[in-house]
Amino acid sequence: MSKTSTGLITRAVGSPIRRLRKGVTMGLTVMAAGLLSGCSVLSRGFLGAAGPVAAAERHEFYLVGAVMLLVIGPVLLLTPLIAWHYRLANTKSAFRPQWGFSWILEGLIWIPPTIIVIVLAVFLVDDTVRLDPYRPLSPGLSPLQVQAVSLDWKWLFIYPDQHIASVNQLILPAGRPVHVSLTSGTVMQSLLMPQLAGQILAMAGMTTQLNFAISQPGTYWGENAQYNGAGFDKQKFQVLGVNPVDFNRWVASSRQTPRLLDDAAYRTLSRESVLSQPVTFGSVEPGLFAKIVHQAIRPGYLRQHEDANSHG
Amino acid sequence: MARLTTEPELRHAGLNLADDPREVREQVESDVFGFWVFLMSDAVMFALLFAVYGTMRHATAGGPGPEQEFKFHSAFWETALLLTSSFAYGMVSLSMKHARGQLWLALWLGITFCLGAGFLKMEIHDFLTMFHDGATPERSGYLSSFFVLVGMHGFHVLSGLTWILLMGVQLAVFGPDDRVKVNLIRLGLFWHFLDLIWVVIFSVVYLEGLSL
Amino acid sequence: MTFWHILLGRLTWDSLVFVEAWRNPTISEIIGGLAGGVAVLGAALLFGLITILGRWRYLWTVWLTSLDHKKIGIMYMVFAVIMLCRALIEAVLMRTQQAIAINNPGLVAPDHFAQLFSTHGTIMVFFVGMPLLTGLMNFVMPLQIGSRDVAFPYMNSISLWLTVGGGIMMMASLVVGKFSTGGWSGYPPYTELAFNGGVGPDYWIWAVSLSSLGAMMTGINFAVTVYKFRSPGMRWMRLPLFTWTTLCTAILMIFAMPPLTVATLLLAADRYLGMHFFTNDLGGNVMNFVNLFWLFGHPEVYILILPAFGVYSEVVSAFSSKELYGYTSLVIATMVIAILSFTVWLHHFFTMGQSAGVNSFFGIATMLIGIPTGVKIYDWIWTMFWGEVRFSTSMLFSIAFMITFVIGGMTGIILATPPLDYLVHNTLFLVAHFHNMLIPGTLYGVIAGYYYWFPKAFGFRLSEKWGRIAFVCWVPGFYLAFMPLYVMGASGVARRTQELFDPALRPWVIAAEIGALLLLAGLASLFIQLYVSIRQRHTTRVPVGDPWDARGLEWSMSAPPPEYNFAVIPQVSRRDPFHWQKINNGAYKPADHYRDIEVPKNSMCGVLIGLGMTACFTGLVWHMWWLAVCGFTFSLGTAIARSFMRDVRRTIPAAEVEAQHRRWLETTAAALPIPRHLEMTPENEGLAKWQG
Repeated sequence: MSKTSTGLITRAVGSPIRRLRKGVTMGLTVMAAGLLSGCSVLSRGFLGAAGPVAAAERHEFYLVGAVMLLVIGPVLLLTPLIAWHYRLANTKSAFRPQWGFSWILEGLIWIPPTIIVIVLAVFLVDDTVRLDPYRPLSPGLSPLQVQAVSLDWKWLFIYPDQHIASVNQLILPAGRPVHVSLTSGTVMQSLLMPQLAGQILAMAGMTTQLNFAISQPGTYWGENAQYNGAGFDKQKFQVLGVNPVDFNRWVASSRQTPRLLDDAAYRTLSRESVLSQPVTFGSVEPGLFAKIVHQAIRPGYLRQHEDANSHG
Repeated sequence: MARLTTEPELRHAGLNLADDPREVREQVESDVFGFWVFLMSDAVMFALLFAVYGTMRHATAGGPGPEQEFKFHSAFWETALLLTSSFAYGMVSLSMKHARGQLWLALWLGITFCLGAGFLKMEIHDFLTMFHDGATPERSGYLSSFFVLVGMHGFHVLSGLTWILLMGVQLAVFGPDDRVKVNLIRLGLFWHFLDLIWVVIFSVVYLEGLSL
Repeated sequence: MTFWHILLGRLTWDSLVFVEAWRNPTISEIIGGLAGGVAVLGAALLFGLITILGRWRYLWTVWLTSLDHKKIGIMYMVFAVIMLCRALIEAVLMRTQQAIAINNPGLVAPDHFAQLFSTHGTIMVFFVGMPLLTGLMNFVMPLQIGSRDVAFPYMNSISLWLTVGGGIMMMASLVVGKFSTGGWSGYPPYTELAFNGGVGPDYWIWAVSLSSLGAMMTGINFAVTVYKFRSPGMRWMRLPLFTWTTLCTAILMIFAMPPLTVATLLLAADRYLGMHFFTNDLGGNVMNFVNLFWLFGHPEVYILILPAFGVYSEVVSAFSSKELYGYTSLVIATMVIAILSFTVWLHHFFTMGQSAGVNSFFGIATMLIGIPTGVKIYDWIWTMFWGEVRFSTSMLFSIAFMITFVIGGMTGIILATPPLDYLVHNTLFLVAHFHNMLIPGTLYGVIAGYYYWFPKAFGFRLSEKWGRIAFVCWVPGFYLAFMPLYVMGASGVARRTQELFDPALRPWVIAAEIGALLLLAGLASLFIQLYVSIRQRHTTRVPVGDPWDARGLEWSMSAPPPEYNFAVIPQVSRRDPFHWQKINNGAYKPADHYRDIEVPKNSMCGVLIGLGMTACFTGLVWHMWWLAVCGFTFSLGTAIARSFMRDVRRTIPAAEVEAQHRRWLETTAAALPIPRHLEMTPENEGLAKWQG
């Protein structure tokens, strides 16, 4: 482009920009301050890892991120530099319009990326096996068993060995591995506790598994990450990491709750609804989880939909 | 328009194109080639339906399975009918190649149609018997996948039969002109393709199902 | 079964959004009613305007029934831009909702919000991305290979009208009934009858089916065209890169559309015939749908991106005034990407509980795609090297693409690592990632290509000034809109979230909202650019047809090109044929003798078949079985009737071809050759001065 036409464009675009500049600068300052304070939200995610699984995954995130920054760095630098240096107006730069191939460059653009991918692939296999959600954390310690059932729009957690259950609240002893078996009492859902472990899907008629642990007592959170209808946003729950003594105390006190989780209670629970408060069941009918997996109980939502259809 | 003369002469098994101008031959080439590409796409669809059938093979949910519902002799005769119809269509192609005249073309087309229709009639009869036994597609995932896979093939046969009828009419109206001939070649590809799919259905669905 | 019941199926007064908004005037319903009103008014206004101007005959005979690949290409793009307006406004509405709805319900109700993200995704993928690129490929590819048309012009018209039919169904869902709430991927069992009994998932199934049928036919058409309709001497390794990517895209369409057709067909079987493919009970298995869908879905990503890679290859070479660097590498990389795209579908559901071995395999396969993609980026960088780069709008978007796309590539590698995918799958991180691929990868590519080939299509250049303004909106707008989503996703915010609960997210959602508004401003500036360019077209005409001193055969004829493209089919002897013709003084020469040219006559059959199938599928959505049967029979009947027509081609006599060609050569002789630094000035009549 010639000097004159560039000048024209600069003038045409430049004048409103100058007028706007002050406002934009101020706006950007305010926004930057806002975003900096907004960075605290990251601690709610896996960057605020509070268990060995999430911590290992966070470590891998930093590693892959660093390697990838090395890979994309040259592109981010070279693209603007070369484009600018070889601009038409720069008459000092060389011009070789017939040049279109070089073995050295071909080697440079094919071989190093291949090596990087091989390196990343080695990490990938190792980490995928090590962080397989199905893999028990420490073979020596017997994990706490939890059975999770995803419902519309809440999570049911059954503690089979303690014979209790809770809805929308997961209380776990810190330091002890946890093994979760998941199924869905309704559509496909995904269990995500960002600070503790990666997510895994829950599907009706089958079980999936997740192993994780909480390092320190504290309050964390979990959610369903797979859209499942109007109450989706509210399908969040608290994960409380407590010390083992408190955990046993909580189990004992929960058993005092007169509520029983049996077929009928499950049918009511599996109706579409959002709970305002967590619920605890003092006893659980044995084998209930297996019955849910094998769909031996007719879930409540079906009845609800039939009613809705007969009215409509 | 100068062409490299070393290029091989464009030929097609079922057509005598030697005297036609090059543009016509090229158009015919690409018309038939395009249909091959379509068949490839269709083959992918059937491959996926087979895969779905494979994964649902044991999802009978307590309902009837192949051993109660499949009858070897009817699957055998269906196969025989369809394979013979493919032979008959081969005769259509030969009649066209050797320009035996419209009557031969029409005769073999008619035979292909009757054999194909016979196949379809037997298949529908089988389906109705299964329905009568309570083996309906709503009964289980397995039966759903069976009916969609075999039914999709049946639907293709039905489309093929419609096409044969249409070609019969066109033959009567236009005689074997260029476009009729090209379409007869495409129809032939389609019909033999259905045969091929049926052979896989016969092996994977019926033989496997009855061998248990 | 009353008469009305049979006639209207599931359609009642309540299905109209206006009735719903009247009865229950919440903000959410009023927004829905307004959107429906805009759709109806827009259609009425368009019809009224055409009627008042008396342009129906013109529209019908010159455009709608045309089988000319150039016109079909342009119609694809016009259609896609209309759909883009809707989908982008929906995006802004979603961002506004999230910006407001922190611990309060916000503007739109959950169900309405779910429809927004479902239609936004479905439209952007099937009715914006694909038709935009199909339009470009339709227009450019036959010109680049020296062909007079695509292999099957009539089928081309059917493809277009099937796609438009899908778009009409999407628009109808604004006015009558509700669209699916199951997202663009429509995962069952949520979309099964047991959970969603309404018309929504049916709208999704049938609109998508129309698009996939059209795309499959387009794929066959383009592949056969590239295989069989190249001009003499146009050997494989002489094909322009855009044609290469078109071929790969066509092959992907041929193989990737059947899985989608199967997935939607089986879901329809569940919903209409009570079968059990993906239901919770009686042996249904939802994992089959997920596999089938992504067996389509991943190649689809490359259907959306490969043609844009082709555009960048053309644009960077032309505006660097230089040969494309690493042609062979680029061809190999394109083919490798196309093949690998079929081996990675499982990375869309690492979290479904497969073994670590399976996840590792698909993770590595995914990373492998990074290699050829990286090679491509470097090839474009080395194309600028030792060149003379002109920062036209096309080039600016290309450079912005290279920088932005590699950032998306980085997050792509993160997502390809299964343990990391477990953390950010289904969150806004994922949303940010695929927008980071598709906005630079598809949209910038389309804008670059649109600016680059527009003078060829219409004979005048687009306003450079407004192109730059658009650039200033689209690029910072993208960063502002999507970088915050990475942060929010890493903080565990699930995608498709209608209401947020953490006030600390506020700065991020507000930044994203401003970004979304900037993107909307970018779209508006493209419209202004078009308007301004049409107004000042007398100063930007390029009748000679080569405004950018470019290299492919598409620049070797007048702008706009004659309907038969080439007066004489060119003989090609090396890559970049037109460039070498210009250098060797072979360009702009009369032919020894001209011949009669046969072109396909216009046909209304494509329109009728497309609309018939749309009626059929609409009938299926609303359970108006008579309409479904009639629509199908009508389409089938039209196709059969067409097969009885013998007089479908028209001859343009050699004398007319010669006269037109000579007139253009006179224009060329009168034009002033323009050096590159003056190409943006009114002096540029499309004749480039060769400068070595």
